[in-house]
Amino acid sequence: MTLKVGIPRALLYYYYLPLWRTFFEALGLEVVISRPTTKTILEAGLQNSGDDVCLPVRLAFGHVLDLKDRVDVLFLPRLVSIARREYICPKFLGFPDMVRHGISGLPPLIDPNLNLYRKDSPYPFFVALGRNFTGNRLAIYLAYRRAMHVQARYVQLLEKGLFPEQALGVLYRGVAEGQEPGGGGPAVAVIGHPYNIYDPYISMNLLSRLAGSGVRVCSADNLPETLVREQATRLPKHLFWSLGQRMIGAAWHYLQSPDVDGIIHVASFACGPDSLTGELISREVRRRGKPFLNLTLDEHSAEAGVVTRLEAFLDMMERRQFLPAGESV
Amino acid sequence: MKVTFPHMGHMWICLSAMLEYLGVEVVVPPPTSKRTLTLGARHAPEFACLPLKLNLGNFIEAAERGADTILMAGGCGPCRFGYYAQVEHAILEDLGYNYRLVVMEPPQKHVGELLSKIKYITGHSSWWEVIRGIRFGYQKARMVDELERRAHYLRPRESHRGSTDKAFKRALQEIIAVKHPRDLPQAGERVRRIMAGVAIRPRPVLRVGIVGEIFTLLEPFANHDLERRLGYLGVQTDRSIYLSEWVNDHLFLGLVRGLRSRKEACRAAPPYLNHFVGGHGQETVGSTVMYARQGYDGVIQLLPFTCMPEIVAHSVLPGLSTGLGIPTLTITVDEQSGEAGLVTRLEAFIDLLARKKGVV
Repeated sequence: MTLKVGIPRALLYYYYLPLWRTFFEALGLEVVISRPTTKTILEAGLQNSGDDVCLPVRLAFGHVLDLKDRVDVLFLPRLVSIARREYICPKFLGFPDMVRHGISGLPPLIDPNLNLYRKDSPYPFFVALGRNFTGNRLAIYLAYRRAMHVQARYVQLLEKGLFPEQALGVLYRGVAEGQEPGGGGPAVAVIGHPYNIYDPYISMNLLSRLAGSGVRVCSADNLPETLVREQATRLPKHLFWSLGQRMIGAAWHYLQSPDVDGIIHVASFACGPDSLTGELISREVRRRGKPFLNLTLDEHSAEAGVVTRLEAFLDMMERRQFLPAGESV
Repeated sequence: MKVTFPHMGHMWICLSAMLEYLGVEVVVPPPTSKRTLTLGARHAPEFACLPLKLNLGNFIEAAERGADTILMAGGCGPCRFGYYAQVEHAILEDLGYNYRLVVMEPPQKHVGELLSKIKYITGHSSWWEVIRGIRFGYQKARMVDELERRAHYLRPRESHRGSTDKAFKRALQEIIAVKHPRDLPQAGERVRRIMAGVAIRPRPVLRVGIVGEIFTLLEPFANHDLERRLGYLGVQTDRSIYLSEWVNDHLFLGLVRGLRSRKEACRAAPPYLNHFVGGHGQETVGSTVMYARQGYDGVIQLLPFTCMPEIVAHSVLPGLSTGLGIPTLTITVDEQSGEAGLVTRLEAFIDLLARKKGVV
């Protein structure tokens, strides 16, 4: 019987799923992904994590619980650093320990450290990971090569303008790539953590809601890494959060881009890095005067409130376009 | 150039000793107060942690007294503190304050960056003088810490309520008044004499360790004077980090021997927390383990609302508490926290400890 590896549909799932999944499958394992977020999953997460913990991490607890009894091992890498001289957020460094001490009756955790703070290659991480399942170094190497290849293809699809779910559809379900939705309608950049904006339940269908109102939507992940990083160098000091880099870099780029009419910043309630990067972004947007909406999500957010604010934001954008430049609304 | 810096407990005493010894004009911000907090909270991002808000308030109040240069520390994450200076500067700029910002960052490329900043602040002093200035400041830090330790011991045992605090205040003035390193030993003598004058009565006391985020640990305004309150409840406290230990660990890289160091704390943290998580998260867990081993009656964790490393630590504390049989209490502070709620929780916790120990 093949071993079942569980991957929670949370945190950096939207960045790295193809990488993890390809690697495990190439080693002959069966990958089980937790089900899309529902009220049940979220509530299970809320009950099993501390009150002060942020929404994305509490949700990740829910996804771990969803997998708990369906898999042989759980894959919860300790993501210390995914780029040189950068971190993600302290909670990613402590996540496996938080889960281990917060949930009882777990299957074995596979939690190797991914730490690229002083290194460039993730290969040692994959060697450590693969050793849990096989002693065959060649098999691990080949699985790693294959995983990196599929991941590169995934990133390519994102840079073409696809969102993670669509790109995963192309990779795994044979969906056609489709053409970029051209034509009129205002364009809005949605800036936020992948686990907030791409999770339809948590974001209350923000992306499809925008698309449904005839808005063209783009996100930080549609931009090449080099461009985002170059923009972020305009900060007075190197930002040591990888996700913050992406958000600031993308915000700076979209602010200057004449094709983008408005910016929505999505943060989770009490998110540490967001409290500072969001502040820098909103100060810069205010100076430049583009329509801006700051949405803060938490487990108590109500759909009606979000819809109202979105509508107001879209109204404002529409009105701005009919006004001659320089006049304020 | 009029240099100011944020308040963190008694840090201002050693910082101004060092700077003034080197002939730098210093503007110490008014003691952190309700007004400081109101000013800071009004202009800071809503979900920024309390230290940032208080820092910002300190800077606004120092500007009113003529300060034009901010001296503060930086960092390289993942805790938010590493980006405080930049965000605070952006806010101050938008508010119309013309501050120059000098951030002491851990050198990323080479140590020259750091040295040039020290030179910028200290101007014409020679390197030898700078080293003596730093040493002077550090010696003051050691004295203040010693004094605090003494007060923690005396408070639960004092015969007359308040006599420790009165002596503490007087002794602190002695340390502050010293303008030259050569006068320190005599001042130390005077401080010891003052503290020895506090009358005590032998009685059973509870011992509680205080762990958590450094700013909230050191700044009595932020933690609602937790140590004094506990002292009055008959508790002798120990703090997991004192200023001189922090300075030795982070600025002198452990050069001074014989001090408690964060390394031991981090070594004690597994299997509860197996990796550093930025800030003092791992130290918090490790120190709790160490207090349990040393037979302390309880541990209190202090953190500002939304503090990321401490939230990680908080998540593993319940398991640790059951595993090692040491009661823990977590206190989160922010601009909303009120005194009454804190007092109630403290009393309940101390009551529990006392019952457990049988000293009611």
